[in-house]
Amino acid sequence: MTGTLDLSLIPPLGEPRPQPVPEAHERTLPNGLRLMVVPRPGVPLIELRLRVPFATRTAQAAAEHTARGAVLSGAVLLGTSARDQAGIAELLQSHGAELSVSTDPDRLLLATTMLPSGLGPVLGLLAELLTEATYPDDQVEGERDRVAERIAIARSQPGVIARTALAARRYGAHPYAIQLPDDHLVAAVDGDALRTLHRERVLPAGSSLVLVGDLDPGAATDVVADALAAWSATGHAVEAPPAPVIRLPGIALVDRPGAVQSNVRLGGPAPGRTDPDLPAVRLANMIFGGYFSSRLVENIRERRGYTYSPRSSVDHQAAGSSFLVEADVTTEVTGPALLETWYELGRMALTAVTDAELDGARRYILGSMALSTATHAGLASTLSALIGAGLPADWLAEHQQALGRVTVEEVQDVSLRYLAAEAMTAVVVGDSGRVAGSLQALAPVSLPEDS
Amino acid sequence: MTYCRAVTTAGAQLTLRHPVERFTLDNGLRVVLAPDRSVPVVAVSVFYDVGMRNEPEGRTGFAHLFEHMMFQGSANVPKMEHARLVQAAGGTFNGSTHQDYTNYFEALPAEALERALFLEADRMAAPAITEENLRNQIDVVKEEIRVNVLNRPYGAFPWLQLPQIAFESFANTHDGYGSFVDLESSTVDDATDFFSRYYAPGNAVLCIGGDVDVAETERLVQRWFGPVAARPVQPIPATGEPLPSEVRTAVVEDALAPAPALAIGWRVPDPIGDFDSYLGAVLLAELLSEGDASRLERRLVHDDRIAIAQSSYVGLFGDPFDVRDATLLTTQVHHPVGVPADRVRAAVDEEIERIASDGVGADELRRVQARTEAQLLRQADSVLGRTLGFAAAELIHGRAELAGELAARLAAVTPEQVRDAARGLDPGTAAVLELRATGGRR
Repeated sequence: MTGTLDLSLIPPLGEPRPQPVPEAHERTLPNGLRLMVVPRPGVPLIELRLRVPFATRTAQAAAEHTARGAVLSGAVLLGTSARDQAGIAELLQSHGAELSVSTDPDRLLLATTMLPSGLGPVLGLLAELLTEATYPDDQVEGERDRVAERIAIARSQPGVIARTALAARRYGAHPYAIQLPDDHLVAAVDGDALRTLHRERVLPAGSSLVLVGDLDPGAATDVVADALAAWSATGHAVEAPPAPVIRLPGIALVDRPGAVQSNVRLGGPAPGRTDPDLPAVRLANMIFGGYFSSRLVENIRERRGYTYSPRSSVDHQAAGSSFLVEADVTTEVTGPALLETWYELGRMALTAVTDAELDGARRYILGSMALSTATHAGLASTLSALIGAGLPADWLAEHQQALGRVTVEEVQDVSLRYLAAEAMTAVVVGDSGRVAGSLQALAPVSLPEDS
Repeated sequence: MTYCRAVTTAGAQLTLRHPVERFTLDNGLRVVLAPDRSVPVVAVSVFYDVGMRNEPEGRTGFAHLFEHMMFQGSANVPKMEHARLVQAAGGTFNGSTHQDYTNYFEALPAEALERALFLEADRMAAPAITEENLRNQIDVVKEEIRVNVLNRPYGAFPWLQLPQIAFESFANTHDGYGSFVDLESSTVDDATDFFSRYYAPGNAVLCIGGDVDVAETERLVQRWFGPVAARPVQPIPATGEPLPSEVRTAVVEDALAPAPALAIGWRVPDPIGDFDSYLGAVLLAELLSEGDASRLERRLVHDDRIAIAQSSYVGLFGDPFDVRDATLLTTQVHHPVGVPADRVRAAVDEEIERIASDGVGADELRRVQARTEAQLLRQADSVLGRTLGFAAAELIHGRAELAGELAARLAAVTPEQVRDAARGLDPGTAAVLELRATGGRR
C-alpha cells in the first residue's frame, strides 16, 4: 500500500454544472406574517415550515417559559373549537402530513410535509390551530405527565447532561443557560397557562412561513393569505438580549459514576451570520474538526483511536453564535484526549493552515450546501432559518462568494481570536474518580454543585 | 424524473417511475444506473452481499469492523485520502452495516463522478488491511459501541436484546456490534479471508443515481471496475427459521435508564418469498403506530395514558425493504414506572386482536397509505436516498425497479391483507422483552 498519494492516478474533476437558483416569491401579509413560496421540481410533495419567535429575556423567565413551551408543543394538537385530537390527526394523515411542533430558546417551529392536494386543507387546519387551539384541561394534564417522563429520559443521556452543563456555564443569567425545564415547573403547567402563553406569544408579527415544492407560487400565496387572514393576534415578538461572553477558567467536571466514556465539550463565541468574519471561521472550523478530513479526526480517531466521532461546529442562535467542540472518549484517555484537542486548537491559532486544507474545506462547504438544499425538505429548512434570522434568500449566494475569497491569512487571523483554547469554556462529563487526576494536570478542575 | 398517475384499488396514487438501466461486467459486478438530471448531483453506492448474519461464531461484529477497514485506504489511496478526495470534491460519504448487506456510498457534485468510481474500484480491488489499521479501527469501533450502547440508557434496546429470544440460529441471535473479546482477537488474516470470501465483484451491486449520462457512465464503470479480478461467490446462506410455537420472554436490567420499556416481536411473512403478505404487515405496523391517529398512539398514550412513547416497525433497523427472512414486526413501548409491563402488553394484544377480528376500515387504511406514500416520496427526493433504495431493492429483491413501485404496491394493499397480517401476530408466539430501569440516578 502506498504511503503518499500519486495525484496522476486520480481522475480530475470535470467542469462544475450550474446550480439551480431557488425562485423565491416573498410577500408580507396584512397581519405581519412573512411568506416565502418556492416552486421546485422533484417529488410531488410540499414542505411547510412556520417559525414563530418564542424567546425570553432572562434565564429566570426562561425556566418557566421552557417548561410551558415543552408542553405546548404537544398540547397544541389536542383540539380546536372545530376538531378533537383524532380529527386533527386524521385530517393531516389523509394528506400524507404529520405536523411536528418543537421549541428552542428562540422560536416555536411547526413543520410538515404533505401531498400537493393537501395544501388547502392543511393550511386551513394550521389556521385553526393558530387561532382556536383549546388546550383541553384534562388532556393537557396527560401531555404534561408524558413531557415530564420524556425529560427524565433525556436527562439520563450523557450528551444532554454535557450540553446542559456547558450552556449553564457559558450563559449564566441569559435565557440560553436553560436547556431543559425543571420537573416542578413542568408539573405546574395547566390548560390556563398554555392558553395564556399561546394568546401572548403565538403571533403573526415576526413569524415566517415557508412553502417549498410542487406548487404554483401565485395560487399557493393566495391559499395562505386566505387561510391565515384570521390569524390576527397582536403583540410584540420577544427576542433574547445579546448573549454575554462568559469564560470561566478551568474545567468543569460533571460526575457520572461508572461512566465508561467521558463527554468532552468546549464552547466559545463565533461570528454571527452577518459578521464578515463568519466565512473564515466556518473554514477554520472545517479544517480543525468540522468534517472527516480534519485535523481533530485524524489525530484522536484515526491516529490514536480515542473516540468514534469527534467534531466541531459553528452554531447560530438568534442572540449569539458559538464555536463548539465535542468528543466522547474512553474513560482511560480523557486527559490525553483533551490535551490533543487543545493542541490542535493551539496549532490552528498559532500556525498557518495549508492551501490544500483551505481548498478542501472550501469545496466541501460549497458542495455540502448544494447537497443539503437539493431536496424540498432541505431547502425549506434552510430558507426558514434564514428568513427567521431576518436574512434575504440571496444571502446564500453572497455567503458562497465570500467563502470563495477567504485566504490562509484570514483563517489564521480568526483562529487566533475564536479557536484559541483560552477563548473556550470546558466541560467534561465522566467518572470523576477516574478522570479528575489527569484533568488536573492540564487545568484547575471544578465540580459543579448539582452533579 | 417522471411520475405516472395510476388508478389502483385504493384510489388515485402516484408512482415514482425512474428509468433504470442495468448491466453486468465480466467479473460479475451488477451495475444499476438511475439517471435523473434535475439537480447537478450524483450518488455512487456499492452494496456487498454480506452482513451481520454472515458472521461466523467467534467473530461477532466482524462485518461492521470490516466496514471500518474499507475506509483505511487502498492500493492507490493512502489512509485519510479516501475522505479527503471525496470531501475536497464537495462530496459526502459514509458506509453502514446491515443484517444482510454492507454498503458504501458518496453523494457528490456531478463533476466528481469519475473520482468516486475510482475510489470505490480501488478498494474493491485492494483495501489496506494492515495490522496498524486493524488495531486502530478495533479501538474506534469499541468507542462507537460505548457511545451507542454501553454509555447510554436503552443502548441495546431492543435491537441487540430482542433477537436473542425471538430467534434460534446463531446468524439471527448474535450481537452484530460484536463482543469486545471477539473484536480484540480479530487478526489481519481474518480480515483478508473475509475480504476474499465476501468482497468479490460478483457479490456486489454498484448503483449510480442522479445527473449522469448513461453511455458515458457505462464507459467509466467499465474502465474502473472492469479490471477488478473475478473471484468465486459464496451462495447466500438461508437465514429463515421455522415459526416459533410458544412465547419467549426475557427481562433485562438497564442501570442507566430512568423508566422501563417493553418490546414485543412477532415473526412476519418472508419479505422475499411472500411479498404480498409481507406488505400487509408493513402497513399494519404503520396503522398501529404512525402518528397521533394510529391505534396504539391513541390507546396507549392518549386514552389509557400507560405509555410515554410507542412505535412499531418491520425490520430490525426499521427499513422493511432491505431485509431477508427471518424478520420481525416489533412494537416498542416506553412506559412509566408505575405501569406494569403486563398491562401494556395486554393493551397491545387487545388492539391487535381488534384488528384481527374486526378488520380495518377502507378510510383508515387509505389515510395510512397516503402518509406512507408521502414518506416514500420524501426519501426519494434526495438523490442519495433514491440511489440507496434502488441498490437495496436490486440486492435483496433482484429488482431495482421495485423501489420506485413501492408506493403503488402499498396503495394496492387491501383491508383484508392488513387484517390477515394482524391475525399473524399471535400473542402465543411472541417474543417479549422487558427492560427494567434499575438505576436512573441521572
